[in-house]
Amino acid sequence: MKNYDVAVIGAGVVGGMISRALSRYDLKTVLLERRDDVCMGASRANSAIVHAGFDCEPGTMKALLNVRGSEMMEQVAGELGVPYVRNTSIVVGFSDEDRGKLEYLLEKGRKNGVRDLSIITGDRARELEPKLSPNVKWALLAPTGAIVCPYELTIAAVGNAMDNGVELRTGFEVSAIEHKDGGYVVSSGEDSVFAKYVINCAGVYSDKIAAMAGACDFTITPRRGEYMLLDKESGGMVKATIFRTPTAMGKGILVTRTVDGNLLMGPTAVNIEDKEDVSTTEEGLESVRMQADDMVPGIPVRQVITSFCGLRSVGSTHDFIINQKKPGFINCAGIESPGLSSAPAIAEYVVDMLEGSGLALKEKKDYNPTRRPFNWFKNLTPEEKDDVIRKEPAYGRIVCRCESVTEGEIRNALAMNPQPHDVDGVKRRTRAGMGRCQGGFCSPVVIGLLAQQMGIPFEDVTKSGKGSYIMVGRTKGGRKK
Amino acid sequence: MKLKTISKDLVIIGGGPAGMSAAVAAYDAGVRDLLILERDSSLGGILQQCIHNGFGLHRFGEELSGPEYAHRYEVMVHERNIDYKLNTMVMDVSPDKVITATNSEEGMFYIRAKAVILAMGCRERPRGALNTPGTRPAGIFTAGTAQKLVNMKGCMPGRNVVILGSGDIGLIMARRMTLEGAKVHAVCELMPYSGGLARNIEQCLHDFDIPLYLSTTVVGIKGRDRLESVTIASVDEKRKPIASTMREIPCDTLLLSVGLIPENELTKSASVPLDRVTSGAVVDQDRMTMVDGIFACGNVLHVHDLVDFVSEESAIAGRAAAAYIGGRTRGSEAITFVPDGKVRYTVPQKITTRDEVNVFFRVANIYRNVRIFVRDGDREIYSAKKLKVAPGEMESIKLKKEVVESLSGQPLSIGLEVSE
Repeated sequence: MKNYDVAVIGAGVVGGMISRALSRYDLKTVLLERRDDVCMGASRANSAIVHAGFDCEPGTMKALLNVRGSEMMEQVAGELGVPYVRNTSIVVGFSDEDRGKLEYLLEKGRKNGVRDLSIITGDRARELEPKLSPNVKWALLAPTGAIVCPYELTIAAVGNAMDNGVELRTGFEVSAIEHKDGGYVVSSGEDSVFAKYVINCAGVYSDKIAAMAGACDFTITPRRGEYMLLDKESGGMVKATIFRTPTAMGKGILVTRTVDGNLLMGPTAVNIEDKEDVSTTEEGLESVRMQADDMVPGIPVRQVITSFCGLRSVGSTHDFIINQKKPGFINCAGIESPGLSSAPAIAEYVVDMLEGSGLALKEKKDYNPTRRPFNWFKNLTPEEKDDVIRKEPAYGRIVCRCESVTEGEIRNALAMNPQPHDVDGVKRRTRAGMGRCQGGFCSPVVIGLLAQQMGIPFEDVTKSGKGSYIMVGRTKGGRKK
Repeated sequence: MKLKTISKDLVIIGGGPAGMSAAVAAYDAGVRDLLILERDSSLGGILQQCIHNGFGLHRFGEELSGPEYAHRYEVMVHERNIDYKLNTMVMDVSPDKVITATNSEEGMFYIRAKAVILAMGCRERPRGALNTPGTRPAGIFTAGTAQKLVNMKGCMPGRNVVILGSGDIGLIMARRMTLEGAKVHAVCELMPYSGGLARNIEQCLHDFDIPLYLSTTVVGIKGRDRLESVTIASVDEKRKPIASTMREIPCDTLLLSVGLIPENELTKSASVPLDRVTSGAVVDQDRMTMVDGIFACGNVLHVHDLVDFVSEESAIAGRAAAAYIGGRTRGSEAITFVPDGKVRYTVPQKITTRDEVNVFFRVANIYRNVRIFVRDGDREIYSAKKLKVAPGEMESIKLKKEVVESLSGQPLSIGLEVSE
């Protein structure tokens, strides 16, 4: 059994950011993830928004960490080479009653310390966003609202943590936690680790994990959020992120462009029991479409390239639950929206908690906060690309036509921390298969590259983790390798 | 710019059946300085994976497989020493016909062309475009991707199959999967008729006792890691699923054959206007787009049923590109076809010369006992009867030289009169 100073459970954006923050110090840290890849829960399926922070109730952990996280995000994204755009958030109201709610948001935002908020008329809003509905009467303008790629952020955070010495163990599904010798033995079926400190970032399962350690005074309800993603051709319909006036169930459906230039609309908000059920529903997708259409009429549903569903971890306290009910065991639970925005601040907060609990933090000399972005090649000029191709010919072979992803970029992603093990893992890192044909052309090539890298037969490559086999075997005449 | 820039009279983008046919025709019309750019590692395009027969009946008078048909054209390309670059991706085409391309040997380079023929083909509509609710497991493929895995990689995508959409690739794959030992439980078609060729319904479904359910669609998808079942339902006249008809079919594979989309990214980069119905360029009788010197042919222009007609259309573009390079300019007048709705679109959309012209079109529904008409104002200039027309089968009519010469220059209405 290996010994660590800190074990982080759950490689989502919170676990990833905490691991990265810890990797700055001379510590032995392990990140435990039950799935075969990082970023497999809420962090990969959300609105991809860095919220300004006007929505949170003043005085809550959400308010504190959102505003701080939003301030930190530009620098963090820059260091990690993750696309980040401060594109402004606009909350629209359709009536004078809504205006009252917008005023209330403005007030909350000011209390929370959000800068530059203002209420504008519908006409002014339409000057900024010409596709907004003529029925929009009032709007709240939040220039600090931004967008980021949530899975790239998470993967890059984990990768940067690994580059700085954090160990990642995938396929490690925690089944028992035992308090022992001033620390904790964290076990899966096959394996165990010992750590002086344990940080529970297990998303929808954080209540179960906390219960294993006897540190659970909350419950987590999965809240389903369905989304539709549109072709880049529609990405220009809005520049800002357009929200509805919020309700008790959340911020409602939003319409936004993504950092990659697509248009995203969603999410629904339906509480469910099943912590695994990320299926979309007919009613859900229909309500996304209807509500988005209220705000931005004429969104071409024909241009939807995929729809998906994510599960937010809604805590029973309706605030982030960040506590230390047992010495050395820290819960980071109920990290629903604005969790992505808050993640860098949560990491900072948790590191402070650890230090307060006696963990000695000694800065490493060789800590490197930066990481080469996945899209470094895409952003080169044609002349620079030419130079790269001459040195590395794989960058001259386009694998994904829709997103212009080269074999060189895929090989690069296959070699970088954390390494992908399946087709969707390559997709999240390189965007191969993310475009309008959704992998129709490139998936056989990606499968071939994965098989080569992993040293497994072509037909054994999976889509997204164990059990998601793509092929059942060879054809009658198919050659056996 | 420091990047290598070469000049060519004619550049053909795409080395599939359309590109090869256009190149051969251009060569035969006198063009010698021409180049085909192909992104794949060999010429032939999608035909390489179409190992079934049925190609070439019109063009060669015999039944060939896809690779055999492609080979005939490869031989013609080689006999003429027509230059081509493989593994080469075109990144951009500018309206003034500068092409940006990349490959691993030459890096990034530019080609300045006098004329360009766009022959990039089409792609399949993916699952996401259908908005079918459910999970996102492995086991859902477009029919063409499954065809590539089976025919090119020797791998089986699954054993228990449901197919959504009765386009030709879906029908072909129903047979192919059956021959490989899979069980095809159902082919579901949203429309009350199949979008595929009648001969494929016979040979690929009926001959293998595979049921075709018309006015039926997939309304649910289950399975966390791998597909476990799909739920199908009949649809009403408005194509809305009827809840009482829902039925779950256990299966590990769903193949989609729900439409083909011309790949017009480069066409757009060259500022070529597109037809909203075909999703391809608007062209004249020469297959010249509304940008002088840029031509389009094959499935990038509009989706064809038969490769034979792709070859024929592409030869028109190739010959016209040769004439354009030789100095021929387009007539200043353009007579536009206006389809009546029963006729959905025509190719060409415009006539810019007073010569005989073949007009290809597709219809919106299955109609029986129809009269096809073309009118120039009040004057009917063409009329022909047909027992049956269907969306899955492209139609064509010929307007004779003397008819075209007599046109007033006003838009021509083209349509169907249906007497049930």
